[in-house]
Parts: sequence; C-alpha cells; structure tokens
Amino acid sequence: MDFSLTEEQQLLQDSINQFIEREYTFDDRKKFLDSEKGFNEENWKTFGSLGWLGMPFSEDDGGYNGGPVDVMVIMENLGKGLIVEPYVPSILLSGKILADLGSDDQKSNYLHPMISGEKIISFAYIEPQSRFNLSDCLTKATVSDDGYVLDGYKALVHNASASDTLIVSARTSGNQCDEKGISLFLVDANANGVSLRNYSTIDGGKASELTLENVTVSKDSLLGEIDEGFSTIDNAIDLATLGICAEAVGIMGKMNEMTLEYTKTREQFEQKLSQFQALQHRMVDNFMHYEQSKSLLVMCAAKMNDNTEDKKKALASLKYQIGLSGKHIGEESIQLHGGMGVTDEMHIGHYFKRLTTIRTLYGNSDYHLSNYASL
Amino acid sequence: MNLSFSKEDQEFQQEVRSFIEQNYPSEIKEKQDQGIPLSKEDTVKWHKILNDKGWLAVNWPEELGGTGWTITQKHIFQNELAAANTPTLMPFGVNMCGPVIYTFGSDEQKEFHLPKILNGDIWWCQGYSEPGSGSDLASLKTKAEKKGDVYVVNGAKTWTTLAQHADWIFCLVRTDGSGKKQEGISFLLIDMKTPGVEVKPIITIDGTHEVNMVYFDNVEVPVTNLVGEEGFGWSIAKFLLAHERTGIAGIPSLKRELDRLRDITTQIQVGEGSLKDDAMFMSKLDRLEIKLTAAEYTELRTLAAMSAGGHPGPESSILKILGTDLQQELSDLFVEAVGYYAHPFMTEEDLASNESRIGPDFAAPVMPHYLNYRKVSIYGGSNEIQRNVIAKAVLGL
Repeated sequence: MDFSLTEEQQLLQDSINQFIEREYTFDDRKKFLDSEKGFNEENWKTFGSLGWLGMPFSEDDGGYNGGPVDVMVIMENLGKGLIVEPYVPSILLSGKILADLGSDDQKSNYLHPMISGEKIISFAYIEPQSRFNLSDCLTKATVSDDGYVLDGYKALVHNASASDTLIVSARTSGNQCDEKGISLFLVDANANGVSLRNYSTIDGGKASELTLENVTVSKDSLLGEIDEGFSTIDNAIDLATLGICAEAVGIMGKMNEMTLEYTKTREQFEQKLSQFQALQHRMVDNFMHYEQSKSLLVMCAAKMNDNTEDKKKALASLKYQIGLSGKHIGEESIQLHGGMGVTDEMHIGHYFKRLTTIRTLYGNSDYHLSNYASL
Repeated sequence: MNLSFSKEDQEFQQEVRSFIEQNYPSEIKEKQDQGIPLSKEDTVKWHKILNDKGWLAVNWPEELGGTGWTITQKHIFQNELAAANTPTLMPFGVNMCGPVIYTFGSDEQKEFHLPKILNGDIWWCQGYSEPGSGSDLASLKTKAEKKGDVYVVNGAKTWTTLAQHADWIFCLVRTDGSGKKQEGISFLLIDMKTPGVEVKPIITIDGTHEVNMVYFDNVEVPVTNLVGEEGFGWSIAKFLLAHERTGIAGIPSLKRELDRLRDITTQIQVGEGSLKDDAMFMSKLDRLEIKLTAAEYTELRTLAAMSAGGHPGPESSILKILGTDLQQELSDLFVEAVGYYAHPFMTEEDLASNESRIGPDFAAPVMPHYLNYRKVSIYGGSNEIQRNVIAKAVLGL
C-alpha cells in the first residue's frame, strides 16, 4: 500500500496553491463573485492552459489521462482557496457525460472547447420533487419529425447563465422514477422556449431555475442511446461527489487552520483563547474530524475504479462522513471565532457557507447512509 | 497512491491464514468463540506458538527476533489474527518492556530479559499508576532509595493488570524528590518474588479480577535493574506511551466484532422477524462501521507516515481516542442488541462452566464486557490526556 502522491501530483498541488496565493486573494474573489457570470473567465482559461480542466479526460478526448486521485488533488486544493470557477458542474459533470456518450462531432464541438477553457456547459438534472433521486425525472422529451420536443422544469442548474449550451435529462419512456427511459440532450441555451431564472446561491455561486416549453432540438442533440442515460448520469454524479468531498476536505483543513490562528491571537480574561482547555479539546475534535474525513477521501479515491459495489460503498461512506464532519467543523469553527465568526468580513463564514451547501449537494448524510445500508 | 495489495502481499496473507488454520489450538479457539475467559496457560501456549514461528515480536528490529515486515504485511497479519479470533497477547512484555530494554537497557539486561520475553517464560506487568497519581502520572511517590548495591523500594502501584500472574514488574519510581517532578523518576525492573512485594486484587464493576494493587515494603532491588540513568524514567515513559497508543486502537478486532454483531442481529427474534429488520438499530451499526473504516485508514495513513519518518508520534493519540470510542460504542450496541438478556449476571465461573447459559449463548458476556470496557477511555493515558497531548504536540497550543 502506498499513500504518497506522485511527483506530478505534487507539482499539480503546488501550482494550484501558487495560483491561489498570487491570483485569488479574498478581495479578488469578491470581485469575481460580483461580476455578471459570478466567476472570472480569465481564470478559467488559465485553468485550461495549466491542464487542470483536461485532467480527467483521456488523451483521445484531448485530456491528460488523470485518474480519481488527480481529481482529488485538484479539488482539495481548489477548496482551500474557495475557488468559485465551475470545475465541478462543468468539468466533472458535463465533461464526464460528454466524454462517456459524445459522438466525435459532439466531442469536438463541446468537449474540446470546454477543456481549453472557452466553453462552459451546465448539466440540468435536478427537479423540484426529485430531491436526491437521480432517476426521478418528469421533464419529457417527445419524438417529433426532425428531432425531439422538450417540456419541463429543472431546478438549481449551476452556472447556467454562463453556459451557451446545457445538457438536459428528460424522460423518453417509462414512469416518473424508472431508471430506464431517461435520455440526455444538448440544448442551446438561447433556443426558443428555454427560459432561465438566474440567482446567486448562498455559497457565492450562480444557479438558475430552467423552464423548457416546447423546446425543439435536432436528432443529433441526443447524447448516446435513447432511454439509456441513467448510468451515465449516475457515474458522473459519482465523480462529482468525489470532487466536492475533496473540496470539503480542503475547506475543513483551512477552517481548522484559521480557527487555530484566531484563538492564538484573540485574548480574553488576560489569556489567549488557545490556552483554555475547554477550547483546546474542541479544536482537537475538529482535527480528528478532519483526519477521519481525509482518510475516507483517500480510500474512496483509491476505490473509484473498483467494482461498482466497492466504489458505491466507499462513496456512501465518504459523503456520509463529509456531511457529519462538515457540520461539526463548520459550526464549531464559527463558535470558536465568537461574534467575529458571524460577520461577513471574516473569511471563516464564507468557507462555512460553501461547506454547508456541500453537505446537501449530491445527497446529504441520511441519503448516503441509507445507500450504504442498501449495499 | 495505490492502496491495493500486491501479489506478494496476497501470498503473504494466504501464508498467514494457513498458518493460523494449522496451528491455532482448537480448545483455545472454542473458548474464544464462546466468550469463555482464557487461563494464563492458554495465552502462554499461543504466545509460544507464534514465537516458535518467529511471528511474535512483529515490531522488533530484525536482528533481535523481529520480522522486518512492511507496514502492509503487519496490517495483514494483525487482521488475520483478529479475524480468526486468536487470543490477545499481553502487551507488557513484547510491546512495552521489550522495546524499552533493547532501546535503553544494559547488555546484561538485554541478554537476560529479551529471550525470556520472546519465549514467554517471564510475564510482565506494568507499575505506573498510584493511588494518588492517575492522569498526573509524574506526581508518583513510590520511592527507591539507593543503599549500596540495591534500591530500597517503598510505595504502592494500582490498576496493575494481571499482576496476579506476573513474574516481573517494570516500575516508575522516584529516586529524587528535590527538583522538577518529572526529573526525579527512574525506570526499575523488579522481580515479583522479591520479599516485600504484595499483590491484592481489585474487583471491577463487571465482577472480574483483572487489576490489582501492588505494595512494596522495603523491597530490595539490585541497582543493575535500573534501566538507563537515574532520572531518565520519564523519557522512557513517554517513549512507551507512544508505543502503547498505536496498538491500543484494536481496529482488526473491532472489525471482527462488528461482523459478529451483524450476524447476531439475524439470530435475535423480534416478532415475526429479527433485529436485522429494525432500521433504527441497523443504522447505528452502519454509522459505527463507517467510523471504523475511517479509523482504519487513519491508522494506515499514520503507519505509512511513521515508516517514512521513524517513531510513532503524537498522532498515535488520535488512534487511541478513535479506537477506544469505537470499542465503547460497539460494546454498548451489543448490550442494546440482546435486550433483556443483558441483565442476568454471569460471573467468569458461570461463563466457563458446562451448565447452559441463561438466554442465548452470545448474550452472556455482553454486559460484563460493556462494563469492563469503561476502562478503555481511562487507561493508557485517559482520552482527556490524549487531547491535551494532541493540542500541545500537533496543534501547537
């Protein structure tokens, strides 16, 4: 067994940390958040030229053949910097779907420009009633003369307002929650009948509610086989889950660091907060939560290419733990910062908000615990 | 990063497995599987079997009888032993006193003691805690006064595990009361047969005799039994505590016991079904299993870091806390699982007798175990002390 990173992975880690240090101060970040797209397009191109965007894709697809451990390294370090550029929704979700199902034409039109940083593609699959169930899909696609007609409503489509193209899941046969009968379509964001209600999310991101009314798409907008989209969605969500868990581990490590630093500085009753044993023990518990989360992250990254059951079990364990430890470290960090912890000015609260949304994203602890039980 | 076993590791696993199959005495296995307490002879027998194979002192340097195994091999070995439910060996000789002697001892001490630790001829116990010195170990008062070529020892040690079976005891004693309390402590090896040593049982809340008081009344100990210099005892104690904490997590046994509890849930009838259908109970089991998996990988990460950087450090305190939390939580889930049949009071004698047990066989040891395991968050440096260690040494507070 070997837990060490390769030299390339260490270099990758260093380059991300250098980028954050030089280009991504909290003031920079605030400017990016306040911009129309909610992130910085120059950064996105930089990610492309540094090879981060192409990491999870094969060389044939124009990528760098990276594996789950590389994804872990990227996301853990992006997490430390609280990066808002849409790596998970665009690369790990839409990119993964395009790589799995895209025809040569679809790849060269969508995947390649995405890898080079010129294109953002969002994935619309959540519906108001679906909660965490990936096979719950009411949005319908019916066959028409020259393609398909889409009708329905999608919730929380991350970064849709920055996307020219969306990938939309729609039911082409079967009942509301059947796995079979879900198909995936490329939809032009400016097509007739597509309307977006854009909003900011609490963690500094951007998302949209998407309404599809009689939206006509051509036959070659279909990704892969008709009715057979589910397993691809499931795989993409698995990779994205690993990604956000790594991001969460990066965030938790950073929050522990900031909390320690704060308690070593702040004085009350003529001593540093860090000298109070009651607080020391709580910071030790935060540290142990971090270590436990990191352990399952590493285990899960190593098992992503194992058989389905082992991989699913590892993912369920990891996301359950992230939910649990994310709540613990998040809430404790705010408490240990005292009143300052609830001010917008301090960085800790911004990390807390992202960590809190990650707890729900792709299924909360209860959902993953029940997945674990069913395996 | 690659966490799977190599072909060599898999072959090693097979080798360990078949060794256990062929050499684990059936009469001991039967007792273990039924939760019947083992005699000293049972434990010594298994100790000698492992030593004859050269697989006892896994962590010792190879030239002294260690194995030279990689971390992965040690991990596999411990897992296989635990999965087969082989006896837990007393750590005091092989894991504690042995490393102290080969690291700090004189040539005479090495020559006399190391072979006897390996072959199981000498049973060790540990003389650390005192009635007035628990978590504040450095405040210990047992006095050793140098008179000619002996130390005269007076005082009392407590919580001494299995002292009733022990041949020798390693003790922290005070050789100097003048300076800083840590500086006047020395590490002394004492033959339990020396006149003036007296062992008195302490009965614990599970009704068993596991720990003792050990009294020293003008006990004369040759000065050659001092390990290291006078006043060096506290450094040795710290060295030992780090060693003690790594194994203390007991992760391989936890895995076996958790699997056993899963199996038991199918045997406990609830209405027309079994406890396995109780989603609330099973969910607690699943949560525990995930925590255990995380702890297992935390241990592996710690061991990997250790093999790169030498001795176990303060990180082992994390494992002590995690492991003992899990041990206590699991012991509580067993109690919860068996319901009312945790209530009949079964003594060690009842468990060992041929008479049929009250309630299912698996239920009888459950409550004594739960009660006995209150100790794990207290011994080896209480979990509060471990948090102090982490706060200071890892977090820099």
